Amino acid sequence: MDLEIFWFGIVVFFWSGYFLLEGFDFGVGMLLPFVPRSEQERSVLFRSIGPVWDGNETWLVVAGGATFAAFPAWYASMFSGFYIALLLVLFFLIIRVVSFEWRTKSTSPRWRRVWLWANSVGSYGAALIWGVGLSNLLYGVPLDSNGDFTGTFWDLFSPYTVFAGVTVIALFAFHGATFLTLRATGAFLDRVGRTARVLSFPALVLGVGFLATTVGVAMDRNDKDLFPPVLPAAVGIAALLLAALLVRTRSGWAFAMTALGTVATVVTLFTSLYPRVMVSDPNFGNSLTVDSASSAHYTLAVMSVVALIVVPLVLLYQGWTYHVFRQRLEGDEPGEESVPELSTQPEA
Amino acid sequence: MDLASTVVDLSRLQFATTSIYHFLFVPLTLGLGPLVAIMQTLWYRTGDDAWLRLTRFFGTLFLINFAIGVATGLVQEFEFGMNWAVYSRFVGNVFGAPLAIEGLAAFMLEATFLGLWIFGWNRLSPRVHLATLWIAVLGTWLSGYFILVANSWMQQPVGYKIVDGEAQLTSVWALLSNGFALRAYVHTMLAGLIFGSIVMFGICCWHFLRGRNVELFRKAAMLALIVAVPVTLLQLVVGNRFGAAVTSAQGMKIAASEAQWDTCQPCGFSAFQIGGFTADDPTPAFSITIPRLLSYMATGSFDGEVKGLNELQAQEESEFGPGNYMPNVRVVYWSMRAMAYAGVAMFLVAALGALLYRRRKLEQARWFLWIAIAAISLPYVAATAGWILTEMGRQPWIVQGLLLTSEANSPSVSATWVAISLTLFIALYLALLVVDLWLMRRYARVDPMAEPEGEGEEKPPSATPAVGY
Repeated sequence: MDLEIFWFGIVVFFWSGYFLLEGFDFGVGMLLPFVPRSEQERSVLFRSIGPVWDGNETWLVVAGGATFAAFPAWYASMFSGFYIALLLVLFFLIIRVVSFEWRTKSTSPRWRRVWLWANSVGSYGAALIWGVGLSNLLYGVPLDSNGDFTGTFWDLFSPYTVFAGVTVIALFAFHGATFLTLRATGAFLDRVGRTARVLSFPALVLGVGFLATTVGVAMDRNDKDLFPPVLPAAVGIAALLLAALLVRTRSGWAFAMTALGTVATVVTLFTSLYPRVMVSDPNFGNSLTVDSASSAHYTLAVMSVVALIVVPLVLLYQGWTYHVFRQRLEGDEPGEESVPELSTQPEA
Repeated sequence: MDLASTVVDLSRLQFATTSIYHFLFVPLTLGLGPLVAIMQTLWYRTGDDAWLRLTRFFGTLFLINFAIGVATGLVQEFEFGMNWAVYSRFVGNVFGAPLAIEGLAAFMLEATFLGLWIFGWNRLSPRVHLATLWIAVLGTWLSGYFILVANSWMQQPVGYKIVDGEAQLTSVWALLSNGFALRAYVHTMLAGLIFGSIVMFGICCWHFLRGRNVELFRKAAMLALIVAVPVTLLQLVVGNRFGAAVTSAQGMKIAASEAQWDTCQPCGFSAFQIGGFTADDPTPAFSITIPRLLSYMATGSFDGEVKGLNELQAQEESEFGPGNYMPNVRVVYWSMRAMAYAGVAMFLVAALGALLYRRRKLEQARWFLWIAIAAISLPYVAATAGWILTEMGRQPWIVQGLLLTSEANSPSVSATWVAISLTLFIALYLALLVVDLWLMRRYARVDPMAEPEGEGEEKPPSATPAVGY
């Protein structure tokens, strides 16, 4: 197999992992202002993702790094072209990252509210922009013959790409809710279950609509046939349907299905994109392709060896982390952190 | 100023701002991590409750600091592509590899295992829980290695060939064992340990001044001094040897850092000077010079020859064509001195502290305690100045001898966009800094004995139920 194709697959794998994992912790963040009714319930939400969000977010670091190493021209065109959009992503992620560690550092209700909203706004914002950004790779942006973006920030917004952004929000919110049905207990679990059922509708409607549209966009704007993009799209539609059905009865399976639906959405997008990695519109000929954007064979070979050794290890220890933190969380459980809570006021 | 140079200047200013800021937090993570791990190990081995309290106390500071490091690290990875697209296309084959490996092999370890450590006090056995912290620390140290491999390639490119105007990797071993990278790595990790120990020592001294928990903080102060004294001393030697390696790779950087306009042999070290920083005014109005010291620092011999800026400029012009190949001499000269003098000062503080500690006079020497608290600022000065020297000393090159900074920015990104992003970064980063300093100060002053008693071992401190994480 060509190493370029292998690395395209690896990049898709990393983006899928990122959406699958950070997808539910973005989803939990989205539910923060609306679902919990007490500080205990808010604490359940934070603790459900507290131990894992950083590892989840690292999948983005890895996706970015892998793109840089394996497809420098793609990385350069995408990151400079989507400049303002990525700037916004960074802002949303930064306020969200610090909210996890800082929220618990004071008991003042106002302080906690600030960081709760920072987390939530960060989750909505980042999800929206990832949807808009990645769908633009397929929908097409104006590129010159060097692969440099020649449009403006507003060129990133078309009905299809905004649709993608909204769909990603709906998918993540549902995915986060099914995750919480595995973590909550008691009366709170009932309410989380109801939330998940309600959220299954927008996720299903938007998700199915988006997957179908994406196959259409691939044929219309990227010179693709119905097959193969239709395959992952069909898997995604089936998964979302099953998730919506199972959410009433089998929360474990429902979560597995939202996970599959999320991954299938990413895979559909990238399958629709291949063999291009960034479509140019107008001037389709300026599109970047897997071949034209990739690193030389030697770099790819070195990176392949590293990836084949390290990725299984990462899956192993991250899987173990989820095993360690698998149990449901009581609303009134004491803090899990190692650090002294301020049971007394610090000396002034 | 024309538009093209405006966008390059703004991009440089943004990259400098965000990376200096990022590196205010990184070295403390690198240094405090192992110190906290040692304290937890001591608790695990001896069962002495004091070490557990110290682990939690400094662990909190470690995590507050770590959060910003993570948040601002992502910016660094994105900025290469966002602001320096031409650079990214040119170096991606080579430079991208260590960056990607860093994410996959190092940062992943750090992020995952720190989550296990923070939340694992009750879920894991004490032994496994301790191991998670050491693995996270290993992750941070590995991370530093790969990042410095990437950066060092910009200082001293190795293991590559140029094909169709792109650098392509030819030997990953040459890349990973780049002499520049290995020296930079040792230098940077020692800097991390200096950060950890000097900051920890300063905080202990603050508690001595308050006269509270003196016995507890004596233990931490002892640990901090055991690290700080040899490491600050070793760093002076390592920094000096590193300088000699830079001389051979980047003669211009060294000449500029000494404001040495003419080639000399032997060369005196200018300890301080007024004027003499521009080609029009090469002779300082006033200077204090130590004979032969520069020869020794730059070459390892007291008779060594150090090439001057003018000769190197002529050399580079004949090699690369007309242009100005000199960095900003004034900035590079002073950043080198700020770094070196702060380094010496830290050694003196640590040595004096150790002396007072051995004579059991440390807690009473109030004048010294104030100095030690003020010394918390020194590692920040030294590290910032060190990076300014490293990066500004390489100018006008972005990759030494291969690509000029002025030609490396993103063609699709306008000066307006960068002005917007720079403004936003400065605003956000200032806000974060204010909150971070407030939190660090607050938690550095917490009374570690004030936690509820009788809850030793691996149990986390029992919090009021309403405020659990």
